[in-house]
Amino acid sequence: MGSIDSSFFDIGRLDALSSKDSPVHRIDPRLKVLTTLYFIAIAISFDKYDPAGPVPLLVYPMTLMIIGEIPFSYIAKKLLIASPFVLSVALFNPILDRCPMLNLGPISVSGGLVSFASIMTKYVLTVSAVLALIACTGLDSICSALARMGVPKAFTIQLLFLYRYIFVLGEEAARMTRARALRSFGGKGLGMSVYSSMIGHLLLRTVDRAQRIHLAMLCRGFDGEIRHGEPSKIRLSDLLFLAGWCALFTLLRLYDFPAWLGKGLGRLL
Amino acid sequence: MSHHIVEVKELKFSYPDGTPALNGVNFRITHGESVALVGANGAGKSTLLLHLNGYLTPQAGSVRIGDIPITKSTLKQVRQTVGMVFQDPDDQLFMPRVYDDVAFGPTNLGLPPDEVKQRTMNALALVGAVHLKDRPPYKLSGGEKRAVSIATVLSMSPAILVMDEPTSNLDPKARRQLMSLLAEFDHTKIIATHDMDMVLDLCSRVIILRGGEVVADGAAKDILNNRELLDSSGLEKPFRLQEAVWKNPSGFRDARYAGIKGIEELRN
Repeated sequence: MGSIDSSFFDIGRLDALSSKDSPVHRIDPRLKVLTTLYFIAIAISFDKYDPAGPVPLLVYPMTLMIIGEIPFSYIAKKLLIASPFVLSVALFNPILDRCPMLNLGPISVSGGLVSFASIMTKYVLTVSAVLALIACTGLDSICSALARMGVPKAFTIQLLFLYRYIFVLGEEAARMTRARALRSFGGKGLGMSVYSSMIGHLLLRTVDRAQRIHLAMLCRGFDGEIRHGEPSKIRLSDLLFLAGWCALFTLLRLYDFPAWLGKGLGRLL
Repeated sequence: MSHHIVEVKELKFSYPDGTPALNGVNFRITHGESVALVGANGAGKSTLLLHLNGYLTPQAGSVRIGDIPITKSTLKQVRQTVGMVFQDPDDQLFMPRVYDDVAFGPTNLGLPPDEVKQRTMNALALVGAVHLKDRPPYKLSGGEKRAVSIATVLSMSPAILVMDEPTSNLDPKARRQLMSLLAEFDHTKIIATHDMDMVLDLCSRVIILRGGEVVADGAAKDILNNRELLDSSGLEKPFRLQEAVWKNPSGFRDARYAGIKGIEELRN
């Protein structure tokens, strides 16, 4: 029952990781965001029947994690939590696309299986890169970076507030769940009807709270714009970070390194 | 300084569903006064507070802060003068870091970055929360959250502090710390509360609201000793003024051991 209380997203940990200090933490958030966006674009541009092609790109999230001292196990767990969503999307490929693509001895591999593998590879790459980006930057810095790069403020403010209040909302939901569990003996009262009214109630509370927060903001001169602290300046090392990585991603996209590696290994054997 | 004055005249307000909340409230609070606003639940305290910084506009009557009546065009000035501390610090602390939150007000006032920084650090130092500046608000304890909420308002250098239930949900020690902090401020203070013992310690004047009207407005020592008046307004005397305690210095302990009957005997 305590599942909501104990493990709801564990975002607090992400926040703690982002307050560390390392060379990747110190890179200007705007350039990290741009690099990661380019990374994602490259990763998803690979052909759907080429699951191995994007694998070398793993070097980017790995580097962020190693230099930023972000534990692999933490990111891996987050990847597992979200994986059912991706699985449910990718699962239809092997069923719908049965045309054989490869013959490994007696086993023939269908195109569907290959594209399934390709979706999973892209999922691991893109999501781990974004998680690593957040863990070594902090969501608030990402929001202010997005705002300064011209992303509409309605979006960045929403993101900022979502992040701040997910904890409060989670606690409120946990309290309600606990109260319900304590008074629903042997499973009665845990049904759908109670659940739906609880969700409705939570929404009403949230609306109330939103009004109070808005009031608190107005009291301190909010005029529709959140001004973030003093703007940081982009340094040469930041630009090198962007340029270096983008060059590497482009190279990895243009040349098929896994195939070379395979051929090389074949020759050696 | 005249801008420390709060003057409320014939203030009336009903909520959109028709519920009357305030029926002609009158009072005038002058520079440096520390005033408690007390009353039962639903007496109109919160509605009144919302008028003091212009969140609600009077349906009849007026609210003046110093020389300025509260209107749309004076809102910015009024909100800088009247610092409002909310009951739930989670409503007040909406930025991802404590520092950003305390800097929010001064930044919106359009102050230069150096000045913002100085004011923020001063406000944090004043409430003893400098060490918390890089922490996210959800990781603070109740007492720390309250201290930081007060800092978010102090950083705008308000002349008047308005507080809604500042001691609610605090443990005894955090409550005591907060009270000694508030006692040091020389701002004009308006405190809506149910904590009658805090009123006794901090406020020289008490205004009692009942059913949207002021039923008593006077010196704290007179009102806090008037049992009938407090009783009829859904309030109680501060614990330290209840006879059982002062008749017998160890009255509290004795009364606990003697049971309910014992308390009655001690009182009479």
